[in-house]
Amino acid sequence: MTVVSNSPPSRLRGDGRLAVLFVAPALLGFVVFLLWPTLRGVYLSFTSFNLLTPAEWVGLDNYVRMVHDPIFWDSLRVTVVYVVVNIGVQTVSALAIAVLLQRLTQSSVLRGIVLTPYLMSNVVAGVVWLWILDTQLGIGNEIVAGLGLDRIPFLADETWAVPVIALINVWRHVGYTALLLFAGLQAIPNDMYEAAKVDGASEWRMFWRITMPLLRPVLAVVLIMTVIGSFQVFDTVAVTTAGGPANATNVLQYYIYGAAFGRFQFGYASAMSVALLVVLSAITFVQYRLTRAGQTDLG
Amino acid sequence: MTETTSVAGPPPVTRTATAAGPATARRDGRRLSPGRIVAWTVMAAIVLITVLPFYWILRTALSTNTGLAAHPAGPLPVDPTAGGFERALGLQSAEEAIAQGGAGGGLKFWRYLLNSALVSTLITVCQILFSAMAAYAFARLRWRGRDTVFALFLAGLMVPAVFTLLPNFVLIKELGLVDSLLGIALPTMFMTPFAVFFLRQFFMNVPREVEEAALLDGAGKVRVFFRVLLPMASAPVLTLSVLTYITSWNDYFWPLMVSYSDSSRVLTVALAVFRAQNPQSGTDWSGLMAATLIAALPMLLLFGVFARRIVGTIGFTGIK
Repeated sequence: MTVVSNSPPSRLRGDGRLAVLFVAPALLGFVVFLLWPTLRGVYLSFTSFNLLTPAEWVGLDNYVRMVHDPIFWDSLRVTVVYVVVNIGVQTVSALAIAVLLQRLTQSSVLRGIVLTPYLMSNVVAGVVWLWILDTQLGIGNEIVAGLGLDRIPFLADETWAVPVIALINVWRHVGYTALLLFAGLQAIPNDMYEAAKVDGASEWRMFWRITMPLLRPVLAVVLIMTVIGSFQVFDTVAVTTAGGPANATNVLQYYIYGAAFGRFQFGYASAMSVALLVVLSAITFVQYRLTRAGQTDLG
Repeated sequence: MTETTSVAGPPPVTRTATAAGPATARRDGRRLSPGRIVAWTVMAAIVLITVLPFYWILRTALSTNTGLAAHPAGPLPVDPTAGGFERALGLQSAEEAIAQGGAGGGLKFWRYLLNSALVSTLITVCQILFSAMAAYAFARLRWRGRDTVFALFLAGLMVPAVFTLLPNFVLIKELGLVDSLLGIALPTMFMTPFAVFFLRQFFMNVPREVEEAALLDGAGKVRVFFRVLLPMASAPVLTLSVLTYITSWNDYFWPLMVSYSDSSRVLTVALAVFRAQNPQSGTDWSGLMAATLIAALPMLLLFGVFARRIVGTIGFTGIK
């Protein structure tokens, strides 16, 4: 019997049959529930589909309408504000937590604790913070009032609502993001810190001279992932503010959902989904190009 | 919001999940510099912000609504009662519920709990098994078109989860599976590109000798996969399974589209309905917090059981 690497043709044919068997279920799921819907989503964006009657081809009508729809542009703006606050705060916090878990303590108990909010749904997180931040009875506003300030209607105020929802989602996701970064930090040899310490470098200096440069590739990928996830915000908005007050939290995904299931404009909703897809692809591409420079051997 | 999950295989041999810092780090720990005090203070603040809301859920759920209104800032439950849980689980009559500040809309939380468990179990078991099989075929079997098909799967990673929801809803409707648990499970039941990609990475790293030894013993490839390779992959499979379970348990957007009635309603959707039943002016906070606790507790318990093994393996898989 020869080694497998120069296997006889019969073995190859056997592999072929076996491979079909092994790949079939996943490939079926891929084609039916991912590939086909993706193509169909693009197709529907060129139709007047309303779920009740067959789709009719309308060319670029949906896209023309989208460009002239002030609510669409406004929801895109709201989404961008949300993403900037969410990603800004989450990235800095996650980095801080990851570095503390690396340099201050190696406790796996603490790692488990920071992950707990990730175990609950966005719906639960939204409802819980809705209660904590309730204007009249929420403990958050009790503290605000205790400090002698006026109570803040966190989720009913046009200025506060979007940043607050962004922070609620930071609370839920930051631990997971921190653990992803922590895994990247684990790849940095401890000797580098030891050597720097011998040279008298401070922790602050080590962070900027060792941690950041070596973590950059990992940080870049985590950033792409979190930005893409962040753009798709829906759950938290749906259970806390339902897009209000006065469309102040009408994020894109919520607007799309309303168009499809509230007004049965599936064609128009699909066109907006395609627009989001294009935006996300562009962001991924730009981030990828920007971060390819400065790849390190670690991570 | 569906986040792409990312998990890493077993950590490198040089570092175990519970590795304590080197002796030098521990020696520093005894020397409290101002910097370390600040760092520990920050860490303590992070832990408090993480944990306190959980306590507040419990404290609220065990209070009466009138008690909550009278003592909004009391640290302990006000007039401790199980009324909130009774309302959440639908054990109170409508009159009783309304008398205690509930909405009186009957909720069948046991039913929703069961629905969530069924959907999550179905998705997790099938998705991991089928993804592992495909991953093995991509990593270890030689067949024509393998690289092309795998490239297709990789391209699938680029499609945001939310993009396929609308067309998938149309498809599920055409299949006549709207308002069924199967309809909720189907789209992620067979695979996710990530699961396939991630498990393939693991199988690629299993030394060929392991497989070849088993093959020389006369075992077939199917047998080798189920008896040798799959057990070897137990650590990444476990992590992936728990994360998949949590993700499907917590999913809201897709079940919201597909389910209309109690028969297919899952916990996340039920919770949002419960919240919507309540006017903002007179929300049944006690019942609502009891419901969130019921919705979140199973995942906390699941994580509690596997935490030690999972925390060490959550990590980052570079797409190279």
